[in-house]
Amino acid sequence: MSHLDAEIRTRAEELVALYPEPRSALIPLCHLAQEQDGWLVPEAVGEIAELCGVTAAEVRGTATFYDMLHVEPVGTYAVAVCTNIACLLGGALDLLEHAEETLGVRAGGTTPDGVFTLHEAECLADCDKTPCVQVNHRYVGAQTPESFDTLVQDLRAGRLSDTVPNHGTLVRVRRTVGLQADKNAIKTERATVAGEQAARAAAVAAAAADGEKKA
Amino acid sequence: MAITDAPKIVTARLGYEDSFTLERYLATGGYTGLRKALSMTPEAVAAEVDAASLLGRGGAGFPAGRKWSMLRKNPLTYLVINGDESEPATFKDHMLIEGDPHQILEGVLISAYALQVTQAFIYLRGEFALGLERLQTALNEAYAHGAVGSNIFDSGFSLDVVVHPGAGAYICGEETALLESLEGKRGFPRIKPPFFPAAIGLYGEPTVVNNVETMANIPWIVNNGGAAFAALGAGRSTGTRLFALAGHVRNPGNYELEMVKTTFRDLIYAPVLGGGIRGSNTLKAFIPGGVSAPWFGPDQVDLPLGQDEVGDAGSMLGSGSIVVMDSDTCMVRAAWRITKFFSRESCGQCTPCREGSGWLERIMYRIENGGGREEDLDLLMDLCDNISPGVAWPPQQTTICVLGPSIPSSIASGIRMFRDEFLVHVKEGGCPFD
Repeated sequence: MSHLDAEIRTRAEELVALYPEPRSALIPLCHLAQEQDGWLVPEAVGEIAELCGVTAAEVRGTATFYDMLHVEPVGTYAVAVCTNIACLLGGALDLLEHAEETLGVRAGGTTPDGVFTLHEAECLADCDKTPCVQVNHRYVGAQTPESFDTLVQDLRAGRLSDTVPNHGTLVRVRRTVGLQADKNAIKTERATVAGEQAARAAAVAAAAADGEKKA
Repeated sequence: MAITDAPKIVTARLGYEDSFTLERYLATGGYTGLRKALSMTPEAVAAEVDAASLLGRGGAGFPAGRKWSMLRKNPLTYLVINGDESEPATFKDHMLIEGDPHQILEGVLISAYALQVTQAFIYLRGEFALGLERLQTALNEAYAHGAVGSNIFDSGFSLDVVVHPGAGAYICGEETALLESLEGKRGFPRIKPPFFPAAIGLYGEPTVVNNVETMANIPWIVNNGGAAFAALGAGRSTGTRLFALAGHVRNPGNYELEMVKTTFRDLIYAPVLGGGIRGSNTLKAFIPGGVSAPWFGPDQVDLPLGQDEVGDAGSMLGSGSIVVMDSDTCMVRAAWRITKFFSRESCGQCTPCREGSGWLERIMYRIENGGGREEDLDLLMDLCDNISPGVAWPPQQTTICVLGPSIPSSIASGIRMFRDEFLVHVKEGGCPFD
């Protein structure tokens, strides 16, 4: 029984097919699972593992390295306030403090109604518009304390749902075509390499066993 | 000649509202470079890029042509584009990806042809949601246009390109960490040797890793010739380059300028560029190439924007981001925040970086917030010395990658240039700028 919805599952399989090895799709699949659930629920982790040919522990191990992948629930809107150098010079610490007051949570926290998670972000690469804020990884422009409150009200009222999808949805544009060039050449060559590696490993193991016998 | 007279190589289309569409791209000479390249031999295309002396635009400034020539012969080879732009205050690739994605794709296709790679991947920073959508849309359009896929423009050359999202980790900008990430793993930089992915890269196959802005230059180089590119700039720094100007200037933004022919003074003060320091304040210090770079003071403002020129002066042009700090800036706070960044982004493999960055951050925090001691300054430098022996430039390293030796830059600069300001924090028991 698949945890991922049929449509998401299809897209996941399409993604896996794009890479020389299935495990390259691991991070894109985590994004997809978050599109469905908002965060990485354990069932999704298990299914990603199966699709990528790795263990669930490996998926979790990778996912916990990355700021954008969440193994715990996240608010509908993940609000990221950058306080890195350019934004710091633009007053970001004051904005973050204000954001904490407005939302009633410290950076890293989620509001009790589950609508907002506030993050203190590292540089978001939009440094001519400081302090920089992203909501669900969408730029919302430089913010003042006043405009931040308006932003929060707009998000809460659903007025920005066209431009800011719920947390987890990263890329709304689907790839329209699969691989066209050398579709099988890569797979064949990778299989050859894997075969050679297995043969070498077997030879090493045989030599070791032989050595043990003699000893 | 005015400083803005040099040709716009990578920003020519950005003035158009629809600069990211295939329609606009084709109407402004798009994909002519690819067509021209496909009519040449791969070797001839690579020779043009070599003649251009294009230095990689990611941060290390390694010559792209030389990197290409190191690609080991193998049944499978890959081209991976590094679009994981995360160096604080660097926002040039972000602009190129959103503003002109086809130009990057064309650069990728030309490069892939020159290198005859099996497949190309564009690794984009995960936080670039709009950029990912623009680039994926452009790629879909390019497939439909016959510019990607099998038998490109009936040339017999075939290539697939995959847009791959990252998931938020500064370290994945380090090319071997990026490859690990692209293999679905934690972004741990690989132990060197092997030093170059061109020998052992993605899944052990030879791989060229190039930056987004590097790719954006390729179509122009093929269309106009490597010699025309090399005629711009001076010395090893050829062509134009995008400089990301941030901080206390009137007009922060990305500016494409001819290398070496422009100085930091031009960039910061020229009315058509930075427009000078905000308000009636004066320049206190600036960071010349990303937060990994040692700081410069007002006396170094006449240095030209060139790789070797900045390198010889004891810092680096790095990622091309310039952060301007004015007279109201607390240098302890600035250095603390940069250190906090490195502490958060250290991947954790190497003890000097993992532990050292956290200790440094906590000491900087206590100085800024009134708990500092006079001996903390020596303690900071001692810790820096553990991460990067000698705390010199270019830095020594005790770690797998260069994130570690980048950590001391801001602290060492701060103490060297503003020692008194650090001491005032200690003596007054707090930040005098509060």
